[in-house]
Amino acid sequence: MTHELILQLTVAILLLPLVSFVVLIFFNKRLPRQGDWLGTSILFVALGLSIVVMIAKLTAYSDEVIRASFEWVDFGNVPLLGPMKLTLGIMVDNLVATMLVAVTIVSALVHLFSVGYMYGDVRYGRYFAYLGIFSFSMLGIVVTDNLWMMYVFWELVGLSSYLLIGHWFEKKSASDAAKKAFIVNRIGDIGMFTGIMIIFATFHTFTFSEIFDGIASGTLPMGSETWLTVAGILIFLGAVGKSAQFPLHVWLPDAMEGPTPVSALIHAATMVAAGVYLVARTFPMMTADALMFIAYVGAITAFVSATIAIAQNDIKKVLAYSTVSQLGYMVMGLGVGAYTAGYFHLVTHAMFKAGLFLGSGSVIHAVHHALHHAGDHHTDPQDIRNMGGLGRKMPITFWTFLMYTLAISGIPLTSGFLSKDEILAGTLAYGELTGHYIIPIIGFFVAGLTAFYMFRLVIIVFLGDHKDSHRLDAIHESPLVMTLPLIIFAVLSFFAFYSFNPFGAADGWFFDALKRPMSVVPAGVAAAGIEEFGEALHHSHSTAMALSLTVAGLGILVAFATYYWKKINADAIAASIRPVHQFLVNKWYFDELYDATIVWGTLLVTRIVRWFDDTIVDGIVNGTASWTRAITLGAKGNWAEGKLGALFYIAVGAAVSMFAGWTVSTSLIPEAATFWSYIWYGLLGLATAGLSFFMFYAGVGGFDNRIVDGMVNLTAYAAGFLGLITRRIQTGKVQTYIAFVLVGVIAFFLWFR
Amino acid sequence: MELQFLGIGILSWITFLPIVGMVLLLMIPKTNENAMKWTAALFTFGQVVLAVVIYFAFNRGMTGINSLEGMQFVEKATWIDIKSVPWFGRILIEYFLGVDGLSVTMVLLTALISFLAVFASWNIEKAMKGYMAMLLLLDTGMIGVFVSLDFFLFYVFWEVMLLPMYFLIGIWGGPRREYAAIKFFLYTLFGSVLMLLAMIALYFSVTIPDPMTGEKIHTFNMLAMMNPANFEPGSILAGLGTYWRHLAYIALFIGFAIKVPIFPFHTWLPDAHVEAPTAISVILAGVLLKMGTYGILRISYPMFPELAQWYALPLAILAFINIVYGALAAMAQKDFKKLIAYSSISHMGVVLLGMAALNTQGMMGAVFQMFNHGTITAMLFLIVGVLYDRTHTRDLDAFGGLAITMPKYTGIMSVGFFAALGLPGLSGFISEAFSFLGAFQTFRYITIASTLGIVLTAAYMLWTLQRVFLGQPNEKWAGLPDINGRELFTLVPLAVIVITLGIYPSFMLDLMTSSLNHLVGIVVSNGGAVAIVP
Repeated sequence: MTHELILQLTVAILLLPLVSFVVLIFFNKRLPRQGDWLGTSILFVALGLSIVVMIAKLTAYSDEVIRASFEWVDFGNVPLLGPMKLTLGIMVDNLVATMLVAVTIVSALVHLFSVGYMYGDVRYGRYFAYLGIFSFSMLGIVVTDNLWMMYVFWELVGLSSYLLIGHWFEKKSASDAAKKAFIVNRIGDIGMFTGIMIIFATFHTFTFSEIFDGIASGTLPMGSETWLTVAGILIFLGAVGKSAQFPLHVWLPDAMEGPTPVSALIHAATMVAAGVYLVARTFPMMTADALMFIAYVGAITAFVSATIAIAQNDIKKVLAYSTVSQLGYMVMGLGVGAYTAGYFHLVTHAMFKAGLFLGSGSVIHAVHHALHHAGDHHTDPQDIRNMGGLGRKMPITFWTFLMYTLAISGIPLTSGFLSKDEILAGTLAYGELTGHYIIPIIGFFVAGLTAFYMFRLVIIVFLGDHKDSHRLDAIHESPLVMTLPLIIFAVLSFFAFYSFNPFGAADGWFFDALKRPMSVVPAGVAAAGIEEFGEALHHSHSTAMALSLTVAGLGILVAFATYYWKKINADAIAASIRPVHQFLVNKWYFDELYDATIVWGTLLVTRIVRWFDDTIVDGIVNGTASWTRAITLGAKGNWAEGKLGALFYIAVGAAVSMFAGWTVSTSLIPEAATFWSYIWYGLLGLATAGLSFFMFYAGVGGFDNRIVDGMVNLTAYAAGFLGLITRRIQTGKVQTYIAFVLVGVIAFFLWFR
Repeated sequence: MELQFLGIGILSWITFLPIVGMVLLLMIPKTNENAMKWTAALFTFGQVVLAVVIYFAFNRGMTGINSLEGMQFVEKATWIDIKSVPWFGRILIEYFLGVDGLSVTMVLLTALISFLAVFASWNIEKAMKGYMAMLLLLDTGMIGVFVSLDFFLFYVFWEVMLLPMYFLIGIWGGPRREYAAIKFFLYTLFGSVLMLLAMIALYFSVTIPDPMTGEKIHTFNMLAMMNPANFEPGSILAGLGTYWRHLAYIALFIGFAIKVPIFPFHTWLPDAHVEAPTAISVILAGVLLKMGTYGILRISYPMFPELAQWYALPLAILAFINIVYGALAAMAQKDFKKLIAYSSISHMGVVLLGMAALNTQGMMGAVFQMFNHGTITAMLFLIVGVLYDRTHTRDLDAFGGLAITMPKYTGIMSVGFFAALGLPGLSGFISEAFSFLGAFQTFRYITIASTLGIVLTAAYMLWTLQRVFLGQPNEKWAGLPDINGRELFTLVPLAVIVITLGIYPSFMLDLMTSSLNHLVGIVVSNGGAVAIVP
């Protein structure tokens, strides 16, 4: 397969979902079944092509980067800088090739699942169209070779998530969540955009390779290493928004208002993964300080959201916070320098988290229908306290869900074990190298928490007994279109797809293909190099594995002890530490905090601005007008009364004009400063002042309804050109003055030619 | 480049075609409103055709600004030539038209917006004849401003435009039309008087040799005013950075700032917009506001290059205020039209920011933003107009759930709304991003502070969208008909342009590159006084 063919296929993969969007958004009503199978098959074609591209790239051109670009904007010959052009393009390296498959596989299977889950929805066709544009935007982020397109598709992902989260926009909570997601993401985006501005101001290019080459050759953004660090952190802020990192994580749990398959799509391989992908993409330009910042943000995110997850009762909320926590893991992994491990976790997590969400979708779907069957419209179908013992009724959903849970908990033989273990080893190595041991401590603690809250979920939902045996009698397994994706994701959660050694991801093809790129930052501010880090990693590996297995096992044990064997009374513990429990149930009060400060503050400022604009700024304007009016027309706005004022105005105008004329004429041509030039200017000034006054009077004094209507009746525009000739000039009426002006204008036109 | 038809240049055609239409229109019997509408549509369509011809015939490589050779479709004739006026000497005013990369985009925009405005005016209820006549006169004034290269001619067109606008708001406007119209009129008049003073000062300072006799004569030729060598030594505006030059620059600036409008001269705008009929709001926001920024770029910058640099920082600060203040004020509005009016103030701030950058990216961003704001805000006002025609209210809280009752309308609305909030893939994003990229290179922190406007814009746009279109449908408007064919016809061309330029902006950017690089060169070299080395 040639380079050209790979590029063409990549472009085809990118554009296919866009085609799906365009066709479905315009023609969904005319297509059979509103085009669901069309959209789904288009994505499966894209998936097939992605697999082809990945295999071709990894086997034949593993060490190459295949690029294509075109000239997008030509800035011409820029003064002081010379010719400047902006080229945009796509690239296929191993990162892109693997990510393409990860994105299309999740997207295609979510399409398939939605055929069952969403059938009968009010906007069924439009839903599939939105899935299409979502996939397109995400693929755009993947294939781009420059920051500009990255930002473009970045925001398009924001748009498509807005559309999907707000799919059921009749619900206020859904439209609120959609809006919140977009705005919170935008806050991160302006950080990213500022980073892009810093880069562009120095390098005048957006292309990654050119920027990296520039930094490698010693050119630093705006001339200092500090700005390089700042640029790195600012670009990372984009990832903080998209990947829901602390403190911008608040949009993600709310985004559960979207349909459940959408949650799977958004929170597995697309959107939230985009931030991690961005960090991976810009990894070479990150300084040690920037990476440390990234590592800490990731660690804090992982910790905060894991603590929240243990106290939630909504099945999707638990998974949402688990996503945030796992994203923190990935970001932390990249931050500590475990580049491959962080990205690897993105891929493995994409599979099992998509599965978890689709599995929860299957559960919610079944519970919803069962409740509906029983005529119960009050019970929340997403609350795990209303579930129990579903494992026997829904075996496929249960066993696949269990597989994902094992994977996310990091149990051997799963993909999650491989990736998580590598990240934890990386954090331990980082601790050894830098002394920041708090990061591995958080890492292991969160690993234990993850195992605990995930098994809590499995036990409550699938094991044990019905709390109310009749309510869910009618429950049954979901149809094949829904269970098939679950099975595929479960299979993909086995270790064997990534490495044949169940205890060493580093031996697999994935680690082989995706090596950490060389840093381009100056040696003084660079993080530990690949060799140095590799050495430390080697030391910490077995310790990390032992520790991670221990904490995961502990977590599971506690979960069983509490929720299955009931040896520990969770409610009693919660009651005894009530403030802490409330704090966690209420998600650390982040929403309340932001509402009370940022949202409320902004609204207050807008009110103040509005008042200021209406009262002060406009008040001055209107005050000036009424003051003038009082002078010219008298207090009652009467012309006779205002005569004096008018005369005063004329006099002042004339005097000012004469003075101006005198000044100008004397400064221009000193010898012309005669008595007659003075008079000449004075007359001119008088005429100007008079004309201005009359126009002014015509406006302020004479413009009333009578005249306005009169003008309409007189076919006012005829005051323009034709009617005017036949009309007697009536002194003192507004149309006359207007007419004077128009006559003047016509005269000018007649003069010409 | 010469393009003539019947011996008259294409720029004269495009400028005066509406006047011809207006004369014909006035002869149509009062009762035949359809004939009036179609006459106006036909002539403005002729203008669009001419604009398309200009687009394709325009030479992308020529510079213009201060170079006569770089101007295209030039028409030059003596208009007023009075010899031996006592003391004055000779008064020479030329009929001098031409376009370059700076003005050509505005000519295209004006032709398009005027054409669409006619269709947006289809349901005017009183005095159709007067309305259409005024609209056509306004059209001529607007195009005239953009093609004039003689300052006096420019001024004449500037004033010609003012009157029809005054009547269009004052007669066909909403309940407070008189207040709004007079406010607009006085404000603009105040600005133009200041501009007039600066123009006279320039006139007396600049001389060029008469091509026939070689005798030195004063001139209103803008190109001559851009050459520092033409300033008579000892004249009022001679030299660089003098007291008088500062005064003249400020006078010009206030004249133009009122039009943009720049804080604190902006309060006429919300009033005018709220009262004006839909089509007039479209023209006001779509074209008239650009005259302010166009004037600064066409007149202030090249004629006072050293002051353009001197005042770049204050301009950037004003730009920041416009962006953030406009956005905050927009967020607090309850009237749909007022909200969009304030959003215009915010978006025009982006133009100012790009201009203040004094570099190629900023300048291209600014001029492109002028075009994009023209199309996008026109869409927004048309969108409000559609709703107002059906419900006669603009209260943002009176609606809800329109996405269900009016799905097609919601679809086209989304394009306009998301373009306004700067969504990539739509044209507004590119001009905004270029303006910021350019400005960042000159004013780091002001630009970073201005990015706050990006978030605020998203917030108030999406909030508005949510209040009006999402949620449960308001039962009061249950039977509301969806957007009709004529309304779609006014919106779809704009949406197509917004999307096309959002993906491939070079269709428009290529027109302006050479001219704007040249303009940047003029400013940074103080009008050629300082050599610049690439």
